[in-house]
Amino acid sequence: MVTKIKIDPITRIEGHLAIEAVVDDGLVKEATSAGTLFRGFEIILRDRDPRDANRLTQRICGVCPTAHATASALCLDDAFGLTNKIPDNAKLIRNLIFGSNFLQSHILHFYHLAALDYVDAVGVLGDLAPFVPRYEGDYRVTGQKNAELVNHYVRALDIRRKCQEMLAIFGGKMPHNVGIVPGGITEKLTEDKVTNFLWRLNEIRDFIDNVYIPDVIAVAKAYSDYFEIGRGCQRMLAYGGFDLPPRLLGEDKSGGQLFKSGVVSPDLQPEEFASENITEDVKHSWYTDSSSGKNPAQGETKPDLKKKQAYSFIKSPRYEGKVCELGPLARMVNNYIQGDAKVKKLVDSVLGEFNTGVNTLFSVLGRHAARALESKLVADAMVDWLTSLKPVEPTIVDSQIPEQGEGAGLTEAPRGAVGHWITVKDKKIDRYQVITPTAWNASPKDDKDQPGAVEQALIGTKVRDKDNPFELVRIVRAFDPCLACSVHLLDAGGSELGVFRVV
Amino acid sequence: MDTKKYPVIWLQGAGCTGCSISVLNAVSPRIQNLLLDEVVPGHQLNLMFHATIMAGQGEPVIEVLRDTEKNCKGGYILIVEGAIPTAENGAYCSIGEKAGRHETIQQSVEELGRSALLTVALGTCAAYGGIPAGKPNPTLCKGVKALFNEKGIETPVVNIPGCPPHPDWFVGTISVILFSGAEALDLDELARPKLFYGQLIHENCPRRADFDKGKFAEKLGDPGCLYKVGCKGHYTYADCPIRQWNNGVSWCVKAGSPCQGCVEPEFPDGTSPIYEKITFEDLLWSQK
Repeated sequence: MVTKIKIDPITRIEGHLAIEAVVDDGLVKEATSAGTLFRGFEIILRDRDPRDANRLTQRICGVCPTAHATASALCLDDAFGLTNKIPDNAKLIRNLIFGSNFLQSHILHFYHLAALDYVDAVGVLGDLAPFVPRYEGDYRVTGQKNAELVNHYVRALDIRRKCQEMLAIFGGKMPHNVGIVPGGITEKLTEDKVTNFLWRLNEIRDFIDNVYIPDVIAVAKAYSDYFEIGRGCQRMLAYGGFDLPPRLLGEDKSGGQLFKSGVVSPDLQPEEFASENITEDVKHSWYTDSSSGKNPAQGETKPDLKKKQAYSFIKSPRYEGKVCELGPLARMVNNYIQGDAKVKKLVDSVLGEFNTGVNTLFSVLGRHAARALESKLVADAMVDWLTSLKPVEPTIVDSQIPEQGEGAGLTEAPRGAVGHWITVKDKKIDRYQVITPTAWNASPKDDKDQPGAVEQALIGTKVRDKDNPFELVRIVRAFDPCLACSVHLLDAGGSELGVFRVV
Repeated sequence: MDTKKYPVIWLQGAGCTGCSISVLNAVSPRIQNLLLDEVVPGHQLNLMFHATIMAGQGEPVIEVLRDTEKNCKGGYILIVEGAIPTAENGAYCSIGEKAGRHETIQQSVEELGRSALLTVALGTCAAYGGIPAGKPNPTLCKGVKALFNEKGIETPVVNIPGCPPHPDWFVGTISVILFSGAEALDLDELARPKLFYGQLIHENCPRRADFDKGKFAEKLGDPGCLYKVGCKGHYTYADCPIRQWNNGVSWCVKAGSPCQGCVEPEFPDGTSPIYEKITFEDLLWSQK
């Protein structure tokens, strides 16, 4: 029997998302993912002072605003001719600000966005809103362990708050930090801040090592079938992120970044990443077909809201025409395949725990594990960044807005690779474009009718109970979608937007 | 003693979830106290709907909205985060679907707003439109009060602006409501609690002495008053310099960055360019 399961809204994600699955004989045959909010950020950015993009684009997403602050600063550094002048201190402090946000975002994701799909909060707290209504049935962790996980849900609220407080030491405030600017950072670097930061970081590292990672493993043991569920496209893309100054590169001078850039194919072969291979298809999005298949640096997007086959505000970014997954899993796989010793050790230790191989990483649990291990990688690296700071050296260089210019800023957000592109004309923003990780992951079908990464992960899934389709929401949430991020990205060029239904 | 429970519906429109994340940063009481405990003795919130943290999904959670409206008429608090896109009958933001019908944020705020005890417009987007309403306002975003005025909805609105608002401003406003009743809120002409928005940033700024002595930062990273690098503290009403942010760790000016005027109704158009010195005209509108 063919049934349609529609989940609208998908809650416990950032933003507005709807999922529809066509289920035939218990198996998902087709799946669509659609964003349901449009704000038009790029339209709002036009004609403003370029520096303001660095503040305003953070407001694309309040969960990981520093991803946009960082991408935007790199983009403006490039347009202002500052890329090679950024002081080492500034690179490191930007990383510390951004790293704090990574830890906040990942801990929030596992405990407060994803965990309620696995942990029986009602069993501990009673029938209490906002923990009811919920899907009923498949809660497998019981007794003492379940009570402990609920307790950690509450404790993680404090830890994620403390990540924000740590961030504010150099970032001024959170959400929406003010410290990261083109040219460097605005806060003064003093020894007392370094020590203050270090001891806050130590408490968070302790939580990651002794609570977060063990909890992910405990959940994985109870739900081990989810190593087989939600496989997806298996093509892993990373732009690379967390620029490191030479003094931190050690013997391995090959890459100047904590997260390596690259593409790993489904047969685990590494390829080099080149941004000119990115194109955006719009066959199933509400834009005119003539704008399809262009690189974001050239793409002009015109809405066409009467398109019959369209079902999403999100376009379909593709790499060499292929569907890619972005995010912690993509980063860990890229670093692993490129031979990063630290990542290899971390990943192998978890795979060893389950007596399984790299292929099982392409799954719901693989995504949660990658996120937890990546938290450790970033948190441990932050100690090195912090202790490499030199308070006597500068933290910012002076900058001038050029009459004309172009810039690109590519980095890694908690949810995956993010890119900002700017064209400056008469010292103002002529064009600003953002492509977010969720635009890749939650994209609709492309011109060749290849489903997007989340859609592919859903297709083929066995749904045991269509009234409580745990499998579907667990798959979607494992990607940590951020819809405020992905649905702002069109450039309407001032055209009239017709009357339409948002799916 | 019976606990009085206030059902709370928290809706998100054209926003970034940053206001919710900021409220998660509350310190005393902490977010877990707000969710699970009596915030003041005998009074407790009951968060029925919040899309970022609630366990449920899909149609059943949209039913929660309807049930609360029907069963708790005049007794629930509606919190709105994000602006309300009003172009194309609200089609730019749908918060869910029921029986094949899309629930736009505009419909939901209107319907739930009519029967609420009180509506809290949390953050500058919900209060005045904010960044989504920035020029050229592509989706015709509005703040809650503007929408209510247009639709003749008389439910009182409290604005707690800020991009994001400080968690204490939210928790403090809730405290007044629970402790003394909504009528005890002392609001300014922009419907903000005077308790938090009663003084200029400039009045309490630790760099005020630099301003008085004429010691100005010429570029970002310099010591001195940030007036020449764009500080909007001269016309921005908020207690950031005294309260500070993130458990008292820092705030914009302390971190060497100019106040952006993010609590003001003119944010972002009237308060930008962010890094350019304010003009005499800016000060004139702020005196209005």
